[in-house]
Amino acid sequence: MSFDTVIFIISALVAVFGATMMIVQRNPVASVLYLILSLVAQAVCYVQLSAVFMGAILIVVYAGAILVLFLFVIMLLNLRGTEELGESPNAVGRFTKYLVAILLTIELVFIVKTATIPAAVTGIMNEAVDEFGSVSQVAKLMFTDFLYVFELTGVLLLVAVVGAVVLAKTERNESHSLAQDEEGADLRESAGK
Amino acid sequence: MRRAPTSEKALASNMVPVSAYLILAVVLFGIGAVGVLICRNMIVLFMSIELMLNAANLAFIAFSRSLGIADGHVIVFLVLTVAAAEAAVGLAMIVMVYRNRESINIDRFSMLKW
Repeated sequence: MSFDTVIFIISALVAVFGATMMIVQRNPVASVLYLILSLVAQAVCYVQLSAVFMGAILIVVYAGAILVLFLFVIMLLNLRGTEELGESPNAVGRFTKYLVAILLTIELVFIVKTATIPAAVTGIMNEAVDEFGSVSQVAKLMFTDFLYVFELTGVLLLVAVVGAVVLAKTERNESHSLAQDEEGADLRESAGK
Repeated sequence: MRRAPTSEKALASNMVPVSAYLILAVVLFGIGAVGVLICRNMIVLFMSIELMLNAANLAFIAFSRSLGIADGHVIVFLVLTVAAAEAAVGLAMIVMVYRNRESINIDRFSMLKW
């Protein structure tokens, strides 16, 4: 068993363990931390597949930004995992959910095992050139072949930002005007006195 | 391009077959699907979706490496962007729903359900 295999097995086990614990936990904060564990293990796999830049991006953007956003929202809503989430209405529905999910996984594994993948894909991988997956190579692709897609990504982010602000703003406007009204009422009251 | 020679050697001698990475990706995707189906906490449900996106990313990276074409890395980058946008909008929605309903139990938001 080569060194690569050992690293792959360990990181795969950690990734699956983290993912499983994430959906089992009741406390959302623990869920986020287990997801971070799983993502770090996946980043190890990325680096093993010589996608060094993408592994770094995965840790920086996912574990560093997106999951911290999740933690922030959990803190904002003050969730402690003790909220009554209630049981699923009936046992049949719950059983169906598990059955469907497990069947889906089995089916996907079956597809991967039996699919006709081109000969280049199965077996030992091609020898990677020294530059493969480096920042310069990815950047060259991104700014030449995929330039328009990259620009569209910017538009997507802009739309997402505007959408998030709009979603959050209506509520704040109402409460703001409400607070102003209350303030005005207080002022009027004090003036009347 | 300066790089440690050991890493190049390790790159050339990656003996793990692609199908192993694909099966790992599939298992992670399945766990994410289970999470989406069984979780009643909206935030954990969102995290399961993120996990599924990441499983797809892992498959992209594995295929990219085995074919020796780096296009998959760009696609992974795009998926990461989409995931970030989705998380931002989705969390804003969760915050708004929580303000209105005082709950993040997904079973309570069945207004659109037939």
